Amino acid sequence: MSIAVYIILMALVTYLIRMLPFTLMRKQIKSRFLKSFLYYVPYAVLSAMTVPAIFYSTGNYITAAVGTATALILAYLKKPLIVVALCAAATAFLTALFV
Amino acid sequence: MKLTFRRGVIHGFPICLGYLSVSFGFGITAVANGLTPLQATLISAFNLTSAGQAAGVGIIATMGSYIEMVLSQFIINLRYALMGISLTQKLDNCFITPHRMIAAFGITDEIFAVAYSQDGKIKPCYMYGMIFISWLGWVGGTLLGSLAGTVLPAIITGALGIMLYAMFIAIVVPPARQNGNILFAVLIATVLSIACYYLAPFISSGFAIIICAVIASTIAAIVFPVKEGEE
Repeated sequence: MSIAVYIILMALVTYLIRMLPFTLMRKQIKSRFLKSFLYYVPYAVLSAMTVPAIFYSTGNYITAAVGTATALILAYLKKPLIVVALCAAATAFLTALFV
Repeated sequence: MKLTFRRGVIHGFPICLGYLSVSFGFGITAVANGLTPLQATLISAFNLTSAGQAAGVGIIATMGSYIEMVLSQFIINLRYALMGISLTQKLDNCFITPHRMIAAFGITDEIFAVAYSQDGKIKPCYMYGMIFISWLGWVGGTLLGSLAGTVLPAIITGALGIMLYAMFIAIVVPPARQNGNILFAVLIATVLSIACYYLAPFISSGFAIIICAVIASTIAAIVFPVKEGEE
């Protein structure tokens, strides 16, 4: 397994999935199931990627839990992405000073 | 309002700043997973996508199979196919195939959202301006983050490692709060992901994301199909 091959594969798949429909597609998707499926995919992907990985993202469960709670509250209040990300990191850091 | 290269750069500037901070977090995560700053920066330069790259770095760190890499990138980035199709409806006639092949590289959640919300037809130069400035922020942030990850003390890099995931929460929670159907898909995916991680640890991270996302989206699409014009 070579890191170069991983990187090339990643870039190739990501580019093709963007390029092919954008270049070739001349009509809309008709299938209601397919449309619905594609509508839910981003949310399902991000949820599966975030939990439980976020609890291991700082190297300490307690600081990660505090950061996660901060992110959940600020996201619920519809704060901008940067604010949510930076405040989660800041509270995780402050917690780490005491743990 | 003419949608020129210059205007694309101006519209892309907030995206650039957002990307700068998020990709800083990606750079930290990448070096924490054993990549060099050069490798992390190359990944950002050629992919320009947060979730796909984060999953990809996880697969590289665990030396997952190439099939796992291809399938996970396909599923995670599938939304760009949909955005690209939507965006084709707004393109100016001068957006011929070679331009489409170049501009397709820059279809991201944020760039799509800004371009799609413009009045009038979109010209290639406008897309290039927005993609250029956003790409600079994404690649620059990755370089800075990965370099910082190699010199900053663990207490700081550990805290910064949560940024990318916090951003995912910031993307998912507001729509899930407003739309019960999205919340339904989110909860299924979350429960499945936890189950995969603790009950079936032999399933690697990339495959776990694919399985959870496909099952959750399929169930949600069957139980709550989207109404016309809702997507």
